[in-house]
Amino acid sequence: MDPGTGAGMAAGTRTRELPLRWRAAELSARRTESRSAETLVLRVPGWPGHLPGQHVDVRLTAEDGYSTQRSYSVASAPDGDRVELTVQRVDDGEVSPYLADVFSPGDLVEVRGPVGGWFVWRPREQAEPVLLVAGGSGIVPLMAMVRVRTALGSRVPFRLLYSVREPADRLYAAELDRGAPGLDTTLLYTRTAPPGAGRAAGRLTPQDLVAWGWPPDFEPAVYVCGPTGFVEAAAAFLVGLGHAPERIRTERFGPTGG
Amino acid sequence: MNPMTPMNAVRYDDGAYEDGNALAGPLSELFAVDLTTAQARCTHCGTSGPVAMLRVYAHGPGFTARCPDCTQVVLRLVRGPETAWLDLRGTVCLAIPVAAP
Repeated sequence: MDPGTGAGMAAGTRTRELPLRWRAAELSARRTESRSAETLVLRVPGWPGHLPGQHVDVRLTAEDGYSTQRSYSVASAPDGDRVELTVQRVDDGEVSPYLADVFSPGDLVEVRGPVGGWFVWRPREQAEPVLLVAGGSGIVPLMAMVRVRTALGSRVPFRLLYSVREPADRLYAAELDRGAPGLDTTLLYTRTAPPGAGRAAGRLTPQDLVAWGWPPDFEPAVYVCGPTGFVEAAAAFLVGLGHAPERIRTERFGPTGG
Repeated sequence: MNPMTPMNAVRYDDGAYEDGNALAGPLSELFAVDLTTAQARCTHCGTSGPVAMLRVYAHGPGFTARCPDCTQVVLRLVRGPETAWLDLRGTVCLAIPVAAP
């Protein structure tokens, strides 16, 4: 590079279009998923499509110019300019109560994405069985993987272990109850199990992963998503059972949500 | 912590973190490729792993990303109104997947 062109380079840097920009997104519909979670159906003109597991940053700007942003996983399979996010209401949060309770059809937010290339399932490159382990609202990006599998008619065998406190906390309950060929879903209730559940209420154990996951010999791709403590425990159990660490992909929800 | 304390002097373990997946959006503003899939090597312990697996603390004015093995600060990112600061002094190198030329 010619050092003499420093000034020109700086100008070029300023005028260069950045790789990702904020786009306007309009709420077209919403669905209640549980007493504390809402799915927002957004229309995002120019949406380039996404891989299941990717997320978006959502930016809210108040009339006084104050602006704040949060990351949300995309819940839906790619479908034109339609993008669905599922927002878990955090009662003392700054953003989620607005999105879950106030944000109405026709209202606008800004979104940036899709982003993230690590916690994704690439159906055209990955043929191995898939194990999904969800804690609470960690189901959201895993649901995108389930939906993409269905949308593509993929025959990759999926097993989903979904840990929730009690039945009323389940997201996507009807859709997961309907199921899909080659998708085995197991609910792990941590506090209250419904009558007739085959497993007593309690936190995820290594035995759960043995009983309803894939054996390490099958070399599955494993995706774990949930609160930090859940993800740490699940990943440690999986490694202890013999799953190779490089086949375990994790996404943690930190303490800064809301 | 005393700001003059070497970054690797104290192991920092509090569980109050998320992970490097959260850096995907902020880094996408600056780089043309997804840096969360890049392998970052820690200057303290030498461990290499994807940026997505760093422990990220996002409750300050920016992002602090620590090595999941030894907890040293590997990367810091602060976005101001007109400048973004990216501090990589805890990183030996980033190995970034790219398409064949």
